[in-house]
Amino acid sequence: MVGAACALYAARAGLDVRVVDRGPVAGGTTGAGEGNLLVSDKEPGPELDLALLSARLWSRLGDELGTAVEYEPKGGLVVAAAPEGLTALHAFADGQRHAGVEAHPVDADQLPFLEPHLATGMAGGVHYPQDAQVMPALAAARLLRVSGARLHTGWTVTGLLRGPDGAAAGVRTDRGDLHAPAVVNAAGTWGGELAALAGVRLPVLPRRGFVLVTEPLPRMVRHKVYAADYMADVASDSAALRTSPVVEGTAAGPVLIGASRERVGFDRSLSLAAVRALAAGAIGLFPFLERVRALRTYAGFRPYLPDHLPAIGPDPRAPGLFHACGHEGAGIGLATGTGQLIAQTLTGKAPDLDLTPFRPERFDTDGGDTP
Amino acid sequence: MTERAHLAVVGAGPAGLAGALAAADRGVRVTLVDAAEQAGGQFYRQPARALGARRPEALHHQWRTWRRLREGIERHIAAGRITHLTDHHVWAVQRASDSSFTVYALRGPAEEEGATVRADAVLLATGGYERVLPFPGWTLPGVVTAGGAQAMLKGALVLPGRRVVVAGTGPLLLPVATGLAAAGARVAALVESAAPVALLRGAPALAAEPGKLAEGAWYAGQLMRHRIRTLSRHSVVEAHGTDRLTAVTVAALRNDGRIRPGSARRISCDTLAVGHGMLPHTDLAETLGCTLSGPTGTAVRVDDEQRTDVPGVWAAGETTGIGGAALALAEGHIAGRSIAARLRGVAPDPRSWAASARARARLRRFFAALEAAYAPPAGWADRLTDDTVVCRCEEVTAGAVRTAARSLGAGDLRTVKLFTRAGMGWCQGRMCAPAVAGLTGCPLTAGRRPFARPVPLGVLAALPDD
Ligand SMILES: Cc1cc2nc3c(=O)[nH]c(=O)nc-3n(C[C@H](O)[C@H](O)[C@H](O)COP(=O)(O)OP(=O)(O)OC[C@H]3O[C@@H](n4cnc5c(N)ncnc54)[C@H](O)[C@@H]3O)c2cc1C
Repeated sequence: MVGAACALYAARAGLDVRVVDRGPVAGGTTGAGEGNLLVSDKEPGPELDLALLSARLWSRLGDELGTAVEYEPKGGLVVAAAPEGLTALHAFADGQRHAGVEAHPVDADQLPFLEPHLATGMAGGVHYPQDAQVMPALAAARLLRVSGARLHTGWTVTGLLRGPDGAAAGVRTDRGDLHAPAVVNAAGTWGGELAALAGVRLPVLPRRGFVLVTEPLPRMVRHKVYAADYMADVASDSAALRTSPVVEGTAAGPVLIGASRERVGFDRSLSLAAVRALAAGAIGLFPFLERVRALRTYAGFRPYLPDHLPAIGPDPRAPGLFHACGHEGAGIGLATGTGQLIAQTLTGKAPDLDLTPFRPERFDTDGGDTP
Repeated sequence: MTERAHLAVVGAGPAGLAGALAAADRGVRVTLVDAAEQAGGQFYRQPARALGARRPEALHHQWRTWRRLREGIERHIAAGRITHLTDHHVWAVQRASDSSFTVYALRGPAEEEGATVRADAVLLATGGYERVLPFPGWTLPGVVTAGGAQAMLKGALVLPGRRVVVAGTGPLLLPVATGLAAAGARVAALVESAAPVALLRGAPALAAEPGKLAEGAWYAGQLMRHRIRTLSRHSVVEAHGTDRLTAVTVAALRNDGRIRPGSARRISCDTLAVGHGMLPHTDLAETLGCTLSGPTGTAVRVDDEQRTDVPGVWAAGETTGIGGAALALAEGHIAGRSIAARLRGVAPDPRSWAASARARARLRRFFAALEAAYAPPAGWADRLTDDTVVCRCEEVTAGAVRTAARSLGAGDLRTVKLFTRAGMGWCQGRMCAPAVAGLTGCPLTAGRRPFARPVPLGVLAALPDD
């Protein structure tokens, strides 16, 4: 997704773009994620700024591409079961409002109007109209198509080409060399490996997530609904399983429940513990789901960096190399803003956001230019 | 409800029953888990008890083999060595870190209650399922699968219709056509896209199987007796009707699999039973981590003892490759003996199952030759009109699949699924994957289906801790 968005905005900035992927379009984490475009789960800071920029761009793409990417500005509803949770949620929302987020408190007795099938007895919630939805695989495919970029699927990058001055001059692949004055690393969870090919360190790690998909239903869930403990979990540094699923109905009918968060490397095998927690969490929010069947479950590997912020921008350690990876559980949502920022830096324009927090070299302890 | 068992056998068809019997005969405690109300599987499917059928054997071959098997199983059930869990739909098997296994099932006809079985070893004998390739009109009521028609006949003792055309390809069509005719249906035609059986006999691997030839001759006699017109090298190109099937158009195929111009003709019928061979069930094995192989990369790989490459997991019958009941019996028997020995910690002596091993080798060769002979005709996918629904669960048309391949660049089943939803519905692509593969020219790979059946969220939420 991130590579597709970079291609689109770079092409629109007038650049000639080639996209290389060793697999098919959306064959990485993008094809295994959900398409939540959330501002609601982010605390004020650089990630929220990027999310707000991205939300504006997504909404424009939504007007342009609409149903082809299944864009739906349906809004989010965050609920708290207990009064203490609600207090924390309200404080959190206050901070977000100052950063530009639309967040409307919802009293307990108003919840049924927003979500008629929600469990009773909730303390209250907050409605976030800016939260939206896309279908990630379709979005990646459509953005690539609209960009007009040449697509080389099934090509694996095996090295970085360098010019006489040592700057990046393209990539070496198993199907031949591609020459270009700028190379963007949008290899997601494998971004660290790609950086290593260029001789620089970028500690991207996988964080596994399972999603549950139910049988198709008439629309029973209207917003993206989740419990307030989700936010604590996103920023959490603990490796233990902590699940507070987002529940949402899709245009096609199935309800999506996701996602778990575990650090277990690239292990794809079914985790019944994760699936059990997802099911229990979803039933806690919507009791009618108890009798609804899950048709499938799948796992993906979110790319994360130690400080849970993506790497975006030029790499001073390898001139000509740009990074756009490590978006963890929000790479679909943050893709548009990332693409725009990359296009701006590629064409020498001032980026819409300060890129300092996203500097790719920030994990080098000596701060220097040694690999 | 959790029970202790040494061996869990998933699937009570010929392979599972033979495996259970061979293991139980050697002192292993066995839990046999199957979705059906009675043992038998597809081949020995039994009429529902309530129907009180007087002569079910009239619908079956090899009745004697079946009786021996069933009596053996019943003896062990009476002695408490075999527990048979009927109406248990297995949705996953998991291997614990102590290398014991848990079989997760849904109980009852509504499949709403969870049940688990613990075991030290597992025999996967989940069989195969029918491949049905789409054609214009195939979604009309009155079009059924060949296997479905047979199941109705054997299990519910009812005919799917009065005037039936049986069509497609594969060895299953013969018993379906003759079975329907014997039960009183008018079989208007048997339409087989492969070359006539006479030509198939030329293949050495086929000629080496005298029993099969005799079976073929018996069917030929049955076809004559019931005056069933056989159209070899023919294909149904369209099914007609407004709200139900009234007729089909069949046409002759040239050597290259294309339609011979001017050969199309209409046959009126109220039922069309179609099938294009079988595919192995591999979901449980795949989730357990077993390597898949086989001619299409969609069967469970086993060694000479029927062991998969996951310790403690054996597989037998059509889950390891399509090959019919006799092959399933041989494989099940070998698996059962191997399990009995391995659970005692000793290596089995292959000489003790030499006869079964010989039968297995012969039958595998035979079915490999059959599979080649009964390949769906080239060009079938080109005949699909853009408005033909390919994925029935999600109502995805051939046109949408073609667009995903052509303009969005989807080159594998997963990507087509992501772009079109073909394969995301209730059947999880079991039905449409072969068609999508044919339409897009991508390889037919086994899908990942961690849930072999849809599981109520309430059952997932109530899973035991371990
Ligand atoms: C279960 C789950 C749920 C999620 N839900 C959401 C959500 O609701 N909203 C949201 O915004 N995000 C969500 N995410 C996160 C989101 O999916 C990811 O952040 C995002 O997909 C990352 O996109 P990407 O383009 O960076 O990486 P990817 O999609 O993984 O793309 C990277 C590509 O690089 C290719 N590649 C790697 N190495 C090479 C090489 N050497 N040569 C050539 N190609 C190479 C790979 O093949 C791959 O296609 C979820 C993730 C998971 C796992």
